[in-house]
Amino acid sequence: MRAYYSYFKSELMVGLQYRTAALAGLSTQFFWGIILSFIYTAFYSHASLANFSINQLMCYVWLNQAFFSLVYPSLNDGQIMSQIKNGGVAYELCRPYDLYWWWYLKMLSKRYASCMLRCLPVLIFAVLLPVGYKLVAPVSIISLLLFIISLFLGTLVITGINMIIQSISFFTNEDKGIGSIFYTFMALLSGIAIPLPLLPDILNTINYLLPFRLISDLAYQTYSGSMVLSNVLISIFMQIIWIFILILIGKLIMKKVLTKASIQGG
Amino acid sequence: MSFITVRNLSKTFKVVKRDSGLKNAFKSLIKRKTTEIKAVNDISFDINEGEIVAYIGPNGAGKSTTIKMLTGILRPDSGEIIVDGFNPFNNRIKYVKNIGVVFGQKSQLWWDIPVEESFLLLKDIYKVSDEDYELRKEELVKLLNLKDILKTPVRQLSLGQRMRAEIAASLIHDPKILFLDEPTIGLDAISKVEVRKFIKEINKRKKVTIILTSHDMTDIEALTDRIIVIGHGKKLYDGRLQDIKKKFNKNKKVEILFKKISNIPDIKYTKIIEKKKNKILLDVNMEKNTISKVIRE
Repeated sequence: MRAYYSYFKSELMVGLQYRTAALAGLSTQFFWGIILSFIYTAFYSHASLANFSINQLMCYVWLNQAFFSLVYPSLNDGQIMSQIKNGGVAYELCRPYDLYWWWYLKMLSKRYASCMLRCLPVLIFAVLLPVGYKLVAPVSIISLLLFIISLFLGTLVITGINMIIQSISFFTNEDKGIGSIFYTFMALLSGIAIPLPLLPDILNTINYLLPFRLISDLAYQTYSGSMVLSNVLISIFMQIIWIFILILIGKLIMKKVLTKASIQGG
Repeated sequence: MSFITVRNLSKTFKVVKRDSGLKNAFKSLIKRKTTEIKAVNDISFDINEGEIVAYIGPNGAGKSTTIKMLTGILRPDSGEIIVDGFNPFNNRIKYVKNIGVVFGQKSQLWWDIPVEESFLLLKDIYKVSDEDYELRKEELVKLLNLKDILKTPVRQLSLGQRMRAEIAASLIHDPKILFLDEPTIGLDAISKVEVRKFIKEINKRKKVTIILTSHDMTDIEALTDRIIVIGHGKKLYDGRLQDIKKKFNKNKKVEILFKKISNIPDIKYTKIIEKKKNKILLDVNMEKNTISKVIRE
């Protein structure tokens, strides 16, 4: 466990080292947040949804910007991919750890490290905005608590999905093809691109049983209260089940990969 | 039973073949031609604890593949490997605690953090205690002359510096066996000498068993007597370096130029290949003669 913690620490330090990248990421989040809040306000001035108020929508937009690095689908872990391509993965296999969990926690720590550098400025900024655009407080303490839990579980869901894609790319030696298919669907179905309550009902019905809405949509809707409490609890239960399923699939693929795949080069 | 036992080890790779050109690239979209390459073919050997063994052979002979199977990275197609009582592939996680590995062409240090951070990370990965770590770090820093580069990010090191740091990194957890796959590749003469000296030193001090591959014969001569030669995946020779030298270095061709044109005398014990006006080409048997002796005569 200690090793994973030190890895997280070193990942954080690397993040701090590249100040320009952090700053650039931050300004992207501000930019998108502002643009989206303007666009949605314009839409809502003509028509609005009964079960999804403008305040709830703004919470969704700003939380999404603040915690974007925790939940965005296409984690570019170039490091893992280049290790696969140039055979550096040989070293990973000489270490006394399970490669699946190591990579899993590596991706997870990358997400949390980059979130730690970005979420606070965005949250502060969003709280200070004028009414109608700002991030309002959560509906209750309970919903704040459930928000934190479901957001954390959501990062486990997305990392499980990332690991499946990463393991498959061990076979194909390339993650762009398979990645772009997955990630396009995921951006739509997870609510990262457009908040899920704004999507057609039929799509949401299908989506209900899939893992993608459990990545971040659930957490944001819990915070703003646009999802009823009983549904939140059921969904958190679904999150836990999906986490197990995704890890199981990923581990199976990884096991297959390690007995079959060759190590590239030299 | 010996420390490392390898019996009838084989590994085959499938390689996709494609003729060059766009047309053939399209063709291979539909149907791929693959050929099987026997990277390692029925190899057996034994290594005792504390030995230094050089594993040599031309590029593509199967050296690295064997090392990868010995370190538990690749699964053998057939055959058996037992190292220190472990089957490397099946017991990988337990097994690798006892080994250190350096692949000369790859890096195990984290690219964008300082060398010392990498060491600390490895310390935690291998669960080395603080006292042991400090002791070993101090020793490695002294022996490998790392003091000046500990705080430098790995990406800014020169190749020689990096390789020294890589070797140190592979020894943080005090392994019983050290695998060195071309540890001196790309190094200049001085760095090579330093690395060799260090390898000998840790073998003597800590009785670390060392298996290395290299294309540099001076590396091998400086480090070990025992060599295993492989070519096309097959073991060709296993034994002392001197013996193979004797076997293939029996005769040397010696060309002697004379200043004055004189009658060249017949020389005993040597075969004369060619005889010109002022030049003579001799085939000298090195077991019975030395070159200086021949010239004197």
